Amino acid sequence: MGIKVLKAGLLTTIQDAGRYGYRKDGIIIGGAMDVKAYQLSNLLVGNTEREAGIECTLMGPALLFEEEQLIAITGGDLSAELDGVAIPMWRPVRVAKGAVLSFGQARSGCRTYLAVQGGLDLPKVLDSYSTYLRAGFGGWEGRALKTGDLIPFKSAAPVVPSDFNWSLSTKMHQESKDDIIRVIKGPEFELFQEKSIAAVFTEKFRISKEADRMGYRLEGSKLKLRKKEEMLSSAVSFGTVQVTAEGSPIILMADHQTTGGYPRILQVITADLGKLAQFQTGAHLSFELITLAQAQALLITREQELKQLRQTLTFKYPVHA
Amino acid sequence: MAKKTNPDDFKCYPLGDAAIVIQLGNQISPLINGRVRAVCAYLDEYSFEGFIEYVPAFTTVTIYYEPWIINYNKLLPLLQELASEVLEQQEVPAGTLLEIPVLYGGEWGPDLDFVASHNKMTAAEVIALHTAPDYLVYMIGFAPGFPYLGGMNELISAPRKDNPRSKIPAGSVGIAGQQTGIYPIETPGGWQIIGRSPINLFDLNSAVPALLKAGDRVRFSAISETEFKKIRRGRNGN
Repeated sequence: MGIKVLKAGLLTTIQDAGRYGYRKDGIIIGGAMDVKAYQLSNLLVGNTEREAGIECTLMGPALLFEEEQLIAITGGDLSAELDGVAIPMWRPVRVAKGAVLSFGQARSGCRTYLAVQGGLDLPKVLDSYSTYLRAGFGGWEGRALKTGDLIPFKSAAPVVPSDFNWSLSTKMHQESKDDIIRVIKGPEFELFQEKSIAAVFTEKFRISKEADRMGYRLEGSKLKLRKKEEMLSSAVSFGTVQVTAEGSPIILMADHQTTGGYPRILQVITADLGKLAQFQTGAHLSFELITLAQAQALLITREQELKQLRQTLTFKYPVHA
Repeated sequence: MAKKTNPDDFKCYPLGDAAIVIQLGNQISPLINGRVRAVCAYLDEYSFEGFIEYVPAFTTVTIYYEPWIINYNKLLPLLQELASEVLEQQEVPAGTLLEIPVLYGGEWGPDLDFVASHNKMTAAEVIALHTAPDYLVYMIGFAPGFPYLGGMNELISAPRKDNPRSKIPAGSVGIAGQQTGIYPIETPGGWQIIGRSPINLFDLNSAVPALLKAGDRVRFSAISETEFKKIRRGRNGN
């Protein structure tokens, strides 16, 4: 018994925090685009943050629950409804047997995460639940969900927290509403013309139609190298901003290839990747330069907050803990 | 060979807030590949708290780490020490030599004749030149298990196709410019396909899913259709 897919949505995939340990073999990390939202959805229903979850993109799916469940919806607001009635996000929600979870307009953001208590009963492939679309493995049969799929639950009969009248503090998940994405310098930063470096921090860039889980191509000022240089392929990372030969920046996202050969002008800080994952096609963004030490300090704070939340939730879900 | 290392030989720099790059030179060469592998071998043996994984490339080893466990400033001297130790030793771990059987031409290698005519030689001559050298696997990237090979004879180089094929079967052996390589999984691609190997370069059911790793050497050998099918059958029987 589990979830029956009545309508697939635009791109609905099974994800987790990513597939680690195989990058040297050319195997991508993948995983949730907004890792923090994904982790929080799991914690809210009493799971560890590593259970398989469902990532819905822009136009969400319609999902029939064949069994009673406790769910949490986090990330972008795609107007989640249970049997046609709006439901709150960022908190556990009880779903009755036979109810249909559906999504409407994207009110804010781009990607929503759905966690069910106990997780989804799927095989891990190379230690991860994430769907590797291009290679066709992981997640649910290595592909996006489609109508008729039946995703089984790991455990039946949800454990409802002792007091059911709470939700996650907005402090934990609210990103600033501005269009600023913080970056540090990339390895090839100094190879760019002064004019291009000035432009990258003063002008806005628009996320083009060529934007998917692999990367966002940006439209705006063309960025030029001081002199043409032949680059040797080297490793890249989630958030690496590469510049193509014709001068367009591309921000690498969760499904990026492990190595690349374009000059890396910037690197989006890890703490802002979730915010970036929620930008829609056509949105504008501007880059703000910070230091590596600042970027790492932000991550340390986030890790502490997550640890605290984990502890708090242990009291709410004594059975699972 | 001089043991002294010049400043170009070694550099560390951040790749964002969760990765550090060790650069060990600035050109594609077996010597630098040896240094890259020596660093990887060292990391296999002695990792550190907060270490996630590493990715070797032509001249770099990129190390991914957890910044809430170890920050860049603490990591940097650690890796500088590691690299200087490795560079002093100049010891290159031996890679494995793997023979990759290939059925050249026909439906398996539809562009073999093009590569031959482009270089004004016969198909048999292309095969002879392609199977002659031991190729060095410099790095794995682009797709699961896809090897960047060095050592192809320039006489058989050929331009990429004007229109990439939407599907190239797994095991396809191709040539693009002065590179040659093997597609581990079915993917779109613009390389000139000269043959196909019945061997799995990427197998999810194997304990080590990617057959090749940086530092291995590859030798292609020409096989007949009968041998191709025999290897295929054996593979599927496993």
